[in-house]
Amino acid sequence: MVYYNEMFEGESVRDPYARLSEWVRTMPEDFRQMKQAEAEALFRRIGITFAVYGEGGDPDRLIPFDMMPRVFEQSEWRRLERGIKQRARALNAFLRDVYGRGEIIRAGRIPARLVYRNAAYEKAVVGIVPPRGVYSHIIGIDLVRTAKDEFFVLEDNCRTPSGVSYMLENREIMMRMFPQLFRQSRIEPVEQYPELLRRTLESVAPAKCDSRPTCVILTPGHYNSAYYEHSFLANLMGVELVEGQDLFVDGEFVYMRTTQGPKRVDVIYRRIDDPFLDPLCFRPDSMLGVPGLMDVYRSGGVSICSAPGAGVADDKAIYTFVPEMIRFYLGEEPLLNNVQTWTLWKEEDYRHVMANLPDLVVKEVHGSGGYGMLVGPKASKEEIETFRKKIEANPSNYIAQPTLSLSTCPTFVEEGVAPRHVDLRPFCLCGDRIELVPGGLTRVALREGSLVVNSSQGGGVKDTWVLSE
Amino acid sequence: MKLRISHETVYCYDQPIRNLVQSLRLTPSIFEGQKTHEWLIEVPDGIKGPGFRDGAGDWIEGWTLRGPAQEVTVRITGHVETRDTAGVLRGHRELIHPLAYLRDTQATAPDEALRKLAQSTGTHNDALDLAHKLSALVSKAITFRPGVTRAQTTAAEALALGEGVCQDHAHALISLARLRDLPARYVSGYLHSTADGQPHEAAHAWAEIHVGNLGWVGFDAANGCCPDERYVRLGSGLDASDAAPIRGVAMGSGIERLAVAVRVEEEMAQ
Repeated sequence: MVYYNEMFEGESVRDPYARLSEWVRTMPEDFRQMKQAEAEALFRRIGITFAVYGEGGDPDRLIPFDMMPRVFEQSEWRRLERGIKQRARALNAFLRDVYGRGEIIRAGRIPARLVYRNAAYEKAVVGIVPPRGVYSHIIGIDLVRTAKDEFFVLEDNCRTPSGVSYMLENREIMMRMFPQLFRQSRIEPVEQYPELLRRTLESVAPAKCDSRPTCVILTPGHYNSAYYEHSFLANLMGVELVEGQDLFVDGEFVYMRTTQGPKRVDVIYRRIDDPFLDPLCFRPDSMLGVPGLMDVYRSGGVSICSAPGAGVADDKAIYTFVPEMIRFYLGEEPLLNNVQTWTLWKEEDYRHVMANLPDLVVKEVHGSGGYGMLVGPKASKEEIETFRKKIEANPSNYIAQPTLSLSTCPTFVEEGVAPRHVDLRPFCLCGDRIELVPGGLTRVALREGSLVVNSSQGGGVKDTWVLSE
Repeated sequence: MKLRISHETVYCYDQPIRNLVQSLRLTPSIFEGQKTHEWLIEVPDGIKGPGFRDGAGDWIEGWTLRGPAQEVTVRITGHVETRDTAGVLRGHRELIHPLAYLRDTQATAPDEALRKLAQSTGTHNDALDLAHKLSALVSKAITFRPGVTRAQTTAAEALALGEGVCQDHAHALISLARLRDLPARYVSGYLHSTADGQPHEAAHAWAEIHVGNLGWVGFDAANGCCPDERYVRLGSGLDASDAAPIRGVAMGSGIERLAVAVRVEEEMAQ
């Protein structure tokens, strides 16, 4: 298989990588080792050691940072940006629709059962339209590249995607360690993200809020693997980080306990899952949420970001219909492609997949983090046969995709610099406007030949540059 | 039928509680079978919170009480005029797609016995006919007997026991209906106590099953009938907990004791 190396065009180094290539070529070996150690020390000091959403594993493990940035040209990024924003608009239109009249289902474009029987579909919010009709305010869209002009969307994350603190920290650390690189190249900044996030949250304050909105981040607490990110963002946005017990409902509103007495809260950026938000509406045994929160939300007294129920848009089965959503709601052709996906509960797809297992990637519908999946071309005959039995036992639990030839980026390894496979998670903000900072989180599979970028499977992170014009 | 309803729930705590928050689903539904003439919800010392109609058509009202309080009362008084629609929930405005009611919860999750029972009626072309058969099966399989089951008893447990109250009948019927791919839900409400001395509770619950063209139809397996003019409908959910007329949480460690008094009386024509 031939992989697209983002640094080269044929034999020659592509323009965006020209300076970096020179930088690496002239870098003394001991300087590189010193800097790598320095970067690690910086990360440890900051305490950024959490796992990316849903990956599991040791939450205190440090995710390796690779000093070699990944670079996009302005024109490349503009294309991606348009595609990501288009997708974000369609996903929110879909959520508005399925919690309203369900036109896309009536039109026969998406099967009703896939939506209404979905575990993430919340009947408690049917008919409730959140401010500005936005359900998912922060959408993390996972992308892979297979050729110079070919990108695919692997999955959408519409609930509470994490990893944005890595985007910010990777940049911060690169700027601290290599200021000359940032003088030589004109790199678009990402540091405005917290300000944009705050503006986005304020723009979806409820109608009943008549002054500058008070926003908070609601965390499940410091045992959560992304707690660092919660406190990091609260700090940079200048808002309070609260746990469920810090908030309470009184009359028609939600308040936060403060040393100066109760303060009304208008917008809650929650980093806890739907079932734990409110014991009076969802799981009665949840201690993480705020009793009565959902009644206040549903009567327009507070905004919750992302809106309860937003998860129905990012399910692996719904994913296959996102191009259809773009056509249906926006009347446009998708700018970013989906990966072709076979759903094993369909007879025809099942036959195709079972006949071609060695060439395919098979995933569990609800799995994440690179666990429970088969990468056909990398698996032994034995592994394939074991997996075949698992599929036979419960076909509807699986989807399959072709093995993508993920692009590679030059990466520092023991022997020097070598190509390693990468993906990209940009973070799209949806409020009164749709915004995207130029950059995102690049994850890199550090093991040679590995296509799995998850940190639990030996993945690392890189700074992601978008060059100015 | 003109019904006068009074419903008082008193919570007593050993230690005073603070910051009580309640979500009440305690207002009669609006549909052809009933018309509310007067309805009053009171929580003495409480602050009335948000009120809204949800996607299922239920009126939800939040109440908070700052406390400290050793006793909290929720008092309902009202007049409702009902008429028999043969169990059909006609003219009820709701937005939730029936397929959302095929999902099981812990209380309705089927076991082997429920699966067997659900299949015992064989194939049916008519959904309404099937729903009636399933309801009859539950009436037969679970004998009405108060005190043997608890609030947490599941449909599977009640069936194994062969005894239970209206909540158990409703859960079992919901479970069977969903097994046959019929959307089903739990309904809470009131039942007029007839003068014939038959034992049943005035605060009552039954199941609704969605049957094609008719839409939602009520089935009261505990009494072997469909809801008629003796029934007052409050609201619905996936199971008893989801449809609970009162859900509440308070700060405090006091043990809760509950006293409920419900009266549903017919108003005689003057």
